[in-house]
Amino acid sequence: MSDTPFQITPEIVAEHGLSPSEYQRLLKILGREPSFTELGIFSVMWSEHCSYKSSRVWLKTLPTTGKQVIQGPGENAGVVDLGDGDAVVFKMESHNHPSYIEPYQGAATGVGGIMRDVFTMGARPVADLNALRFGAPEHAKTRHLVDGVVSGIGGYGNCVGVPTVGGEVNFDAGYNNNILVNAMCVGLARTDKIFYSAAKGVGLPVVYVGSKTGRDGIHGATMASAEFDDKSDEKRPTVQVGDPFTEKLLIEACLELMEKDCIIAIQDMGAAGLTSSSCEMADKGGVGFTLNLDHVPQRETGMTAYEMMLSESQERMLMVLKPGSEPEAEAVFRKWELDFAIVGETTDTGRLIVTHKGNVEADIPVTTLANSAPIYERPWFPTQVPKLILPEWVPAPNAILDTLKTMMGGPALASRRWVWEQYDHMVMGDTVQRPGGDAAVVRVHGTQKGIAVTCDVTPRYVTADPEMGTKQAVVETWRNLTAVGADPLAITDNMNFANPERPEVMGQFVGSVKGMSEACRVLDYPVVSGNVSLYNETNGVGIPPTPAIGGVGVVPDVSRMADIALKRENDLLIVIGREAGHLGQSLYQQHATGKLEGAPPPVDLADEIKAGRLVRTLIREGKVDTVHDISDGGLVVAVAEMALAGNIGAELFAYEGRLPGYAIWFGEDQGRYVLAVDPMQAEEVLERARLLALPARIVARTGGDAISLKGETALSLTDLRTVNESWLPGYMAAVQA
Amino acid sequence: MLRASVIVFPGSNCDRDVKVALERITGFPVNMVWHGDASVPASDLIVLPGGFSYGDYLRCGAMAAHSPIMRDVIAKAKAGTPVLGICNGFQVLCRSGLLPGILMRNASLKFICRDVTLRVDNDSSFFTRCYRKGEIVRMPVAHAEGNYFADADTLDRLEGEGRVVFRYCDENGEANEAGNPNGAQRNIAGICDASGRVVGLMPHPERLFERALGGTGGRRMFESALLAAVEPMV
Repeated sequence: MSDTPFQITPEIVAEHGLSPSEYQRLLKILGREPSFTELGIFSVMWSEHCSYKSSRVWLKTLPTTGKQVIQGPGENAGVVDLGDGDAVVFKMESHNHPSYIEPYQGAATGVGGIMRDVFTMGARPVADLNALRFGAPEHAKTRHLVDGVVSGIGGYGNCVGVPTVGGEVNFDAGYNNNILVNAMCVGLARTDKIFYSAAKGVGLPVVYVGSKTGRDGIHGATMASAEFDDKSDEKRPTVQVGDPFTEKLLIEACLELMEKDCIIAIQDMGAAGLTSSSCEMADKGGVGFTLNLDHVPQRETGMTAYEMMLSESQERMLMVLKPGSEPEAEAVFRKWELDFAIVGETTDTGRLIVTHKGNVEADIPVTTLANSAPIYERPWFPTQVPKLILPEWVPAPNAILDTLKTMMGGPALASRRWVWEQYDHMVMGDTVQRPGGDAAVVRVHGTQKGIAVTCDVTPRYVTADPEMGTKQAVVETWRNLTAVGADPLAITDNMNFANPERPEVMGQFVGSVKGMSEACRVLDYPVVSGNVSLYNETNGVGIPPTPAIGGVGVVPDVSRMADIALKRENDLLIVIGREAGHLGQSLYQQHATGKLEGAPPPVDLADEIKAGRLVRTLIREGKVDTVHDISDGGLVVAVAEMALAGNIGAELFAYEGRLPGYAIWFGEDQGRYVLAVDPMQAEEVLERARLLALPARIVARTGGDAISLKGETALSLTDLRTVNESWLPGYMAAVQA
Repeated sequence: MLRASVIVFPGSNCDRDVKVALERITGFPVNMVWHGDASVPASDLIVLPGGFSYGDYLRCGAMAAHSPIMRDVIAKAKAGTPVLGICNGFQVLCRSGLLPGILMRNASLKFICRDVTLRVDNDSSFFTRCYRKGEIVRMPVAHAEGNYFADADTLDRLEGEGRVVFRYCDENGEANEAGNPNGAQRNIAGICDASGRVVGLMPHPERLFERALGGTGGRRMFESALLAAVEPMV
């Protein structure tokens, strides 16, 4: 063992994010004092980010299997069968902490990292999405963060040439000091060409490819596992720097090599870089690794073993090759002008042995390192769920359409075009549904099949009731996929929460997992990959619980889809699903009272299944080509969005039932869709809903250039479009006060 | 038979898209040529695709313009082989001197990806013979640096010689500020050389060549190329 440069003190242990009891555990495993490099290795492997030590016991309860699942959680990304030998590979991951500190690079490297998780498995990335939460618009940092994050996502994804086709953007004061940047990548592979990270076999070459290693991002994983304080800006050096050009070359080189018979195992170097990639590959393969750091391509001079093992330099991969295939593999990487270096070998010792300049810098039993991370059953309190409120308890508006206009021109509902026009959403030539609808659809290249993708969560619902709110998030993605005509297949989740050491936060997490479990199980919509981001908190103030859900579905034939744009005059708009005028936690309630109160809208999974099946069937039969799910802002907002998308107006029919009319127009009852139907087909659609015991009624007729409602001044589409399109660009252009 | 070659630079990312469009429309296989190769095989036309060649780290298109393959592309272009440069390919054509002017940062300073309307101002170039002059077509743009700039003399000459191929316009065909997505001088979206065989444009015709993608505004650029193979330009 090399000389430890200085004595390991309790302060140094604490700086590495290890508790005194965790350090005692480390001493017991090694049977001696660690070297400085070993301390670094344990600290990143046991960080919350890498070890899931607070969340693991609960994540195990999620449904992760199904006949469509080829690979569930535990690999770089989940893999789901698309039929015909095609598989879809996807995952969502957070880059919250770095994006707050350095928004452009934080977001860019988030996109790069999630793409590597996908192509590591042999899949060509075909679509990116991102779920973004920013602070209140009036908060001093928000504009700067929006600008940096959006530029960073675009700057990276556009250059790599993977279309960014969907996502969501929210503003809420709860994210003032902790924004959320969750990036999702979806890739396509052949089911017989999936690559895994298990390095099975002894005496095999361990190969490093991609960019050189620098000092950037050292301890990124540890930073992402702690809350912020007033000195968070000082953490900027822990943020990595992205190089999308190298990523593009790395994708092409890896996919080219994967066509040959050279690779036994492959893993990207993400959080905790060389440490976690080597440790995971060795552990899964049941082997040991030797790593000679002298051979690691280095960008800077004088790097220590500690720095190289902990660097989070981007665009790097670790591979284990079949012996003798090194020259063939090297030729591929040289062609793409990327580094290629044999840095070690698999062994039968079961140990990770790291040498540098002739010294052994680390010698750790691999399985113990990978599996000995502490697992915490953190104490938790269930969230006190508020009671359901009656619609009448929320005051009526003066006018429905005027309120609609105000809401559509505000931060919650304003068009996100300013964001997605900065993303290349068409490159690769298969985007058959662009951003702005319920779900985006990309074709499986060269076929008529499509992959539908969406991501969603409504944090205000989750805050009020984590279990119901998360159930809602899952079903909303399911409905979004259904609305374009896709069969929902599986989800990835990104669990963003505050400090889990606070029992109320842990209670939110537990409730959220329970809600997700139930929805996924009942809908046969399993969780195949995911990421947990905890400690999204500053000076003791946490974010709203935000379990972002990424949903993926398959469209059997892209010539039979639906989208939200009205297409014809004189179609009838039919609402399918139960209407109860639920206003608790609704955008209307917030608009009318300035508060969010009561329980969020309940979800009925049995009704969801029935409505979903009906909508998909109608689309496949060619009877319906225009569908929108009803979510934020309720029915009237859904209709307005359909009108704007198709540039055709709608005459709303006055509601004459027993509930207050405004609750019908603005209520956020779940399980509902709006369908535009030819009048000749309307009776059949209503009848088929009736046969399933699903409520359905005609609510409007399309036509004209305005939205109108008896007794109110019509709202012209031009005016509505102006307010809806101008809020975000106007906000971004305004000079910070 | 139409022998089309698409040059692949490191960082090209629309190479496959344009290959697919060409093959689907012309029915002939397309040859992909690596940037490090010394020469382009005998071709009836060459395409420089969109993307971020060499990462665009040293001004867009600048590195690619000096890559080994470009020496042969330039020689072949000068000898009369038609060359189409799309987006980054247009930037490379300008950097390599085959077309005048340069592409600067968009006036908004933002990357912009959306459909735009274009007015066809030249229907006699190799790649626009299937359009009609004055026609309005829709194609997407996707770039951060598409703001065409040249000095006034060059612009006057281009216009005088009818070498502005496409102009950004509003829905009525007016080449005004409202229809200009990036601040390009005189709303120029695409130009050609004096022979009409070298054409560069910022919009992506390959992204709207079939209904499934939302439109066919770009399709006739490739049909023009096919027509030329049957009925060569004089």
